[in-house]
Amino acid sequence: MSERLKIGFLPLVDAALPILAQEHGFAAEQGLTLEFVRDLSWATVLDRLLYGHSDAAHMLAPLAIATTLGIGRPARALSVPFVLGLNGNAITVSNALADRIQPEGGLGNAVDVGARLKAAISEHGRKPRFGVVHRHSSHNYMLRYWLAACGVQPERDVDIVTVAPPFAADALEAGEIDGICVGEPWSSVAVERGAGRIVLTTAQIWRRGVEKVLAVPTARLEEKRGAIERLIIAMRKAGEHFVDPANWDTNAAILARPEYVGADPALILRAISDRLRLVRGGELVHFPDFMFQYREAANFPWVSQAAWLYAQMVRWEGQGFDPDAARAAMGVFRPDVYRAALTGRNSPLPGASSKVEGGIGVPLGVGAAQGRLVMSPDRFFDGKTFDPERLEEYLASLP
Amino acid sequence: MRIAIVDESAARAAIIQEGLVDIDDCETVVITDRKGLIAAIAAFGPDIVLMDLGNPSRDVLEEYFVVSRALAKPIAMFVDESDEESIAASVDAGVSAYVVDGFAKNRIKPLLDLAVRRFNAFSRLENDLAEARGQLAERTNIDKAKRLLMNSRGLTEPEAYKEMRSQAMRSSKRIADVAEALLMAEEMLGGGR
Repeated sequence: MSERLKIGFLPLVDAALPILAQEHGFAAEQGLTLEFVRDLSWATVLDRLLYGHSDAAHMLAPLAIATTLGIGRPARALSVPFVLGLNGNAITVSNALADRIQPEGGLGNAVDVGARLKAAISEHGRKPRFGVVHRHSSHNYMLRYWLAACGVQPERDVDIVTVAPPFAADALEAGEIDGICVGEPWSSVAVERGAGRIVLTTAQIWRRGVEKVLAVPTARLEEKRGAIERLIIAMRKAGEHFVDPANWDTNAAILARPEYVGADPALILRAISDRLRLVRGGELVHFPDFMFQYREAANFPWVSQAAWLYAQMVRWEGQGFDPDAARAAMGVFRPDVYRAALTGRNSPLPGASSKVEGGIGVPLGVGAAQGRLVMSPDRFFDGKTFDPERLEEYLASLP
Repeated sequence: MRIAIVDESAARAAIIQEGLVDIDDCETVVITDRKGLIAAIAAFGPDIVLMDLGNPSRDVLEEYFVVSRALAKPIAMFVDESDEESIAASVDAGVSAYVVDGFAKNRIKPLLDLAVRRFNAFSRLENDLAEARGQLAERTNIDKAKRLLMNSRGLTEPEAYKEMRSQAMRSSKRIADVAEALLMAEEMLGGGR
């Protein structure tokens, strides 16, 4: 008999893997029937997960960590046995601001766009206001990381506010914000409406930045361990399907449906194919690995990714470094579960569970416990590296 | 006490608000518009905010509660661990509650219970309405199918009804389903009589 799992999600392209696992029968192969609960705010996705309306959820990685640490609400332990993908977000700004910070059009580079933004701030009527999707989001951390490295102090020089992804275009159009860091298809929707231009992608800030994860309450993971492991197998198959160009159109059409993302399939195809239209009426621009959902063990929950997110939480949310909290944050990512699920299957498994983030400059073969694993460059745009063993040193070195 | 009800469904908000009128010393405001939500909340200065779980502005509102210096006292989701059961009930009903810091605890639970009851009542109303609409549509279909049989086969009304009923019994279907099938067949055969 098939076991049912309910999965909460927000309408974003990076909710793709569980959805496609169900739609293409990979879940059924594993004896699972997936049901989906669509919501419009992360707070509600989280509440449903904590109070049993869902078994697992598509979630912002930092929100899973903040929930476990009890930031802003009583602590509830969540586990992340699978990363749903890396990057896939864009920074889209109003046409007026785009003219100043990326006047030649096209995709800028993070250093130049940042420098021009810094110069433009004093001439901007008021502090430029940027939207992010949540306080505890990689969008917030990546945006701040980029700004700070370019000499723009996020707390002093700009305002950063929360905007729900589906309303990114509205907020830009109404002039409520001057720019937003948001996942697809919502930048593309803003571009299509002429509300703004894409000037950067988060993959240009950190080439392999951790993005959404599958979060499961730790107690429920223990209860449903078998089903969650089979879900991981099904999602790996969905990932293989997702990145094959032969399937792009089909998958865009599935994700576009109103019960999933509810957007134009042509816009969803852009993210899936790494080909974005940056300005209305412009050409499609190919930016490889804009989204990174499968290759190079992209779904492996590296403990060092959790540590980097914790470092950003300390840096930007005034948490104060606490070694116990750091350990708890790192414990949220569960490579042990990922390994248990995929051992003996056709998926490469890294030998280590933690790595120096941003440390790979040229493709590098890394130790694998199973299969062969060559990792591509994973640089931060400012050339810094993050060693989770030296978290405090890293924090002290940041601007 | 001051209670803000944030809900994009004006009908549901009205039902919640109506439930609160009997409470002494209670001032309420209903906010249905996403635009200007934060300004409206700030202007009202609530002790309690009730918000429907499906509201897309929840993250925006929570962020405001965290960072706002305009609020005299911080507001947080009603998350006292001892009240897990109430919170679970409110999530089930589809309402989230945010309470200003220091608000008398014994006053919160009855309010939340009331909101939950009202939300549940609203869901029941909606279901009843959907059911009533469905029944009405079925009745209309049966009447149409009956007329179709009367016209095409020269039957009287009771005969036409009897015909559909026996067909329904033979195929163990509901009369409404037989009527629908008849109408669909007629449409596909291009009847138009």
